Amino acid sequence: MEHYISIFVRSVFVENMALSFFLGMCTFLAVSKKIQTAFGLGVAVVVVQAITVPVNNLLYTYLLKDGALAWAGMPDTDLSFLGLILYIGVIAAIVQILEMVLDKFFPALYQALGIFLPLITVNCAILGGTLFMVEGDYNFAESVVYGIGSGVGWAFAIVALAGIREKMKYSDVPEGLRGLGITFITVGLMALAFMSFSGVQL
Amino acid sequence: MAIDKQELKSVILKPILDNNPIALQVLGVCSALAVTSKLETALVMAFALTIVTAFSNMLISLIRHQIPSSIRIIVQMTVIASLVIVVDQLLKAYAFETAKQMSVFVGLIITNCIVMGRAEAYAMKNGPIMSFFDGIGNGLGYSAILITVAIIRELLGSGSILGFTILNPIQNGGWYQTNGLLLLPPSAFFIIGLLIWVIRTLKPEQKEEQQ
Repeated sequence: MEHYISIFVRSVFVENMALSFFLGMCTFLAVSKKIQTAFGLGVAVVVVQAITVPVNNLLYTYLLKDGALAWAGMPDTDLSFLGLILYIGVIAAIVQILEMVLDKFFPALYQALGIFLPLITVNCAILGGTLFMVEGDYNFAESVVYGIGSGVGWAFAIVALAGIREKMKYSDVPEGLRGLGITFITVGLMALAFMSFSGVQL
Repeated sequence: MAIDKQELKSVILKPILDNNPIALQVLGVCSALAVTSKLETALVMAFALTIVTAFSNMLISLIRHQIPSSIRIIVQMTVIASLVIVVDQLLKAYAFETAKQMSVFVGLIITNCIVMGRAEAYAMKNGPIMSFFDGIGNGLGYSAILITVAIIRELLGSGSILGFTILNPIQNGGWYQTNGLLLLPPSAFFIIGLLIWVIRTLKPEQKEEQQ
């Protein structure tokens, strides 16, 4: 149990997707003007991440890994080079399915998420989560925890940034720096703050 | 197909300063931050991305009349993912050390918004040759920012460029006090933020309205 808690805490704080690996930056910068939308997107990312990482983990263990096809009588086959195309296919398919399910059963949530759902397909944090899962060689249970943790970490970061940007409306920023420029610098400072977690050993 | 020289020039040169994918369109920022602590990785990344964007633009433009619009995203993804796999395998074969350092970021070219964005915005509407050069142009715009950031970070952070010592650091008996902050990832944000400031001061029409 302790092992899983430490994976969770590590993926939320120490290895935060947005602020230590800078993944999902495009949406991170574009959709962080308001806390409410940022929160909706954050929830969607957590859900997608919690499904795709374990599914890709199963695919990797039983289809792609060196010797993974032993159950099909092909112990010498190594299909790991097909990984990227398969992972992105899975992500796109799951986002599509999720969109349909939400539309049918939770129309209110579907309305709230709107355009952000399809955008999640091209969010590097999702694919990044899968790739880090493969690199870290997690088993199935660990990948579930890692998926949820990395999603929560990303959601946490985008809500925090949206909060700062809402406050920043009242400050007098130099002209050329307004908008994108100052957002970059803010995120830089946030990332610097998050680096203080990097010494934490779990 | 006749190619207008003037248009060709604008398609290649425009994204570098006027319509830069990173500084103005906010596309493809993720990898720009992670691989720029050394010039070498930045160069490899810039090269890989330019190749992928150019060829994916060309291929998607070639089949643009055959793609049903409801599944176009998945078709584009498949084309891009296949190209990235080729680049990834090539890098692993010929530049293994660099490929190791870049770890997952080569794979993340797939979700780099520049590639998707150009496929969607340009290649779906224009012919294959112009799309190819549009890909090159946007790749160069991305490369320009990446290389600038990498030069600043490597020169001030460790006093060298491409591994050759330019400013002799104190640790080796020289005079230059290296700035460790610039080797840490957050510094890339500061540098890009300041670059945007410079570009917008030079080109006032890009400034954003006060909200």
